[in-house]
Amino acid sequence: MTPLWQLFVSFAKVGVMTFGGGMAMLPLLEDELVRRRGWITSEELLDIYAIGQCTPGVIAVNTATFVGYRRRGDIGGIVATAGMVFPSLVIILALASVIRAFAGNPWVEKAFSGIRIAVCALILKSVVSMGRKSVIDVLTALLLVISIGLNLFLGISTVWIVLGTVVFAVACHFIKAGRSRGPDGNRSGDGEGTK
Amino acid sequence: MIFLQLFWEFFRSGLLAVGGGLATLPFLYQMCTTHPDWFTSATLADMIAISESTPGPIGINMATYAGFSVAGLAGGLLATFALVLPSLIIILIVARVYTKFRQSALVNDVFTCLRPVVTGVIACVLVNLSLSSMYPGGAVQWYGIGVFAFCTALAFTFKRLHPIFIILIGAAAGVFLL
Repeated sequence: MTPLWQLFVSFAKVGVMTFGGGMAMLPLLEDELVRRRGWITSEELLDIYAIGQCTPGVIAVNTATFVGYRRRGDIGGIVATAGMVFPSLVIILALASVIRAFAGNPWVEKAFSGIRIAVCALILKSVVSMGRKSVIDVLTALLLVISIGLNLFLGISTVWIVLGTVVFAVACHFIKAGRSRGPDGNRSGDGEGTK
Repeated sequence: MIFLQLFWEFFRSGLLAVGGGLATLPFLYQMCTTHPDWFTSATLADMIAISESTPGPIGINMATYAGFSVAGLAGGLLATFALVLPSLIIILIVARVYTKFRQSALVNDVFTCLRPVVTGVIACVLVNLSLSSMYPGGAVQWYGIGVFAFCTALAFTFKRLHPIFIILIGAAAGVFLL
């Protein structure tokens, strides 16, 4: 059983090393949760991000709550969330009085313009590894291309893309089920069955 | 009274801001007008800059800082708690449902379709982020592209290297090159 302190520490670690929001956190979450701890699979991490796109709140917190719950139930969710929030609270409260000078410092600004570029490289690595896991046939490849097109070129918001995909997937499921006419829930072919 | 208001305002943003930390921004702008004594839109611009240059999720940083500037230490703690509470409750419920139904063929099909879509969405964020950091204001920043190429090569060559090293290399490159 995962000790609660380990949940707290792991998420505090991710929280302290994340610069710039939910997507910048993906490579760190992948490293800590999938690669080092083995608490979740890459597929589950993507599932959490999908859920996070259409539920309220900060994605980092959504992920922490979700993973904490999967490891240790409700208490786990609360402890992991506390761990994720803890570094921000401490840093902002500690810096609060001098924070204007800190953020306006040209050296800090330069460092952060470099960090943003490094974060791009890290996200690229995550996108490649996530793409390898999530594109498993022609349909999923098409979905990847279409979602990029809708978001990047037509500017359709993520929430609608995700909800539209859910509708599409449910429709596909029932068309397939209608065709095979078998009793539902008996075909657990692709992915996921590893636990 | 101020604490009650603070709790309510941030709880409301936590509940209604869908899609990540920056989605809280419109709610903070609204707070400028409904509570001009809390912070102004100029302070908010500062807060965004500060949140971007301190570690941690942006939404959390903004809530902590806004709460602190309104009502001190207790205000910072309360605002953060209020922001997190709605998503904590909702995700605990969603996680319960997910755990229960993830073996079902329907849920499995839905997430099989969602995974490449989310990967695509993340790729779009990457494109926008790259453009704003390496092509700011329509001018190619060759140093930036060099740093990006170097960091990418490192990340793909040394797969077990902790991401923080690449972030630190980026920071050093920023200070000395950019």
